[in-house]
Amino acid sequence: MAEDILDRVKKIVADRLDVDEADVKPEASFKEDLEADSLDVVELVMELEDEFDLEISDEDAEKILTVGDVVEYIENHK
Amino acid sequence: MNISFENKNIIIMGVANKRSIAWGIAEVLHKAGANLIFTYGKERSKKNIEKLVETLENQNHLILPCDVTDDEAIHQTFNTIKEKVGIIHGVAHSVAFANKEELEGEFVDTSREGFLLAQNVSAYSLTAIAREARPLMTEGGSIVTISYLGGERVVRNYNVMGVAKASLEASVMYLANDLGKDDIRVNAISAGPLRTLSAKGVSDFNSVVKVIEERSPLRRSITLEEVGNTALFLFSELSTAITGEVLHVDSGYHTIGI
Repeated sequence: MAEDILDRVKKIVADRLDVDEADVKPEASFKEDLEADSLDVVELVMELEDEFDLEISDEDAEKILTVGDVVEYIENHK
Repeated sequence: MNISFENKNIIIMGVANKRSIAWGIAEVLHKAGANLIFTYGKERSKKNIEKLVETLENQNHLILPCDVTDDEAIHQTFNTIKEKVGIIHGVAHSVAFANKEELEGEFVDTSREGFLLAQNVSAYSLTAIAREARPLMTEGGSIVTISYLGGERVVRNYNVMGVAKASLEASVMYLANDLGKDDIRVNAISAGPLRTLSAKGVSDFNSVVKVIEERSPLRRSITLEEVGNTALFLFSELSTAITGEVLHVDSGYHTIGI
């Protein structure tokens, strides 16, 4: 897993969800571990699209459940 | 003609984050010197508004809760505004909600509950707010709400929200007629698709923006600032004979047939 991408994702997630960066681990689930509601997830997707200059389709967004999923997605779509 | 907003008090309803249309309007009005009063429905928005207000030059703006589905709550919010601000000159109403699962698939599957929810938050709230704002607009006023083409024509996936916007636009006409007696104008801006939190809730939003970029007369999408600028026009003395109107800020897309 690319460390720099993980770090950037961590920052965005911590800031958006108002959680500690240390809790934003690859295995952390957005809804369960980080207590994100559906609006938080949409907001997060938009932040990630801006940060990494990509477009995440609705179908793909639904499959992203953990922090690790995000990093993997970005690595595959860069 | 005076287009300064010094000493003008304008209520901004519906800022969820920096991409919100309400925030685009707030930034433009702030630059013009207006005093702003922000209201929010959800706690999560309050935090975002506080952070956003810190980015403004003048940070002295009220931030108040207002649950637009609760008449008593609206009354209390306006009472607080009356006590702390006194007279108001404008209200920007940029509030809407529908269940995400009803912003995809077929409109015919809309539930009764989902239909009423969308109408309640997105359409009726304007009437409830206009009623409370009216007595505070003793120097005349302007109310601006945000609509979308989906209220006039079928836009794929917009479904229950399209019907709510149709209801909102009809409300604008009736409210304009009632409040015109008190020199209060009521208008809507029908904005082209903007990458807001609400828009992303509508299934397949990304493709809608592409259609505007390819097919609208201006061949481009619109910006938050352009909606803000139009709102400023509707709040200003440049538009004193305009009421009951739906103004399209959409690169002209609404004019296009086949």
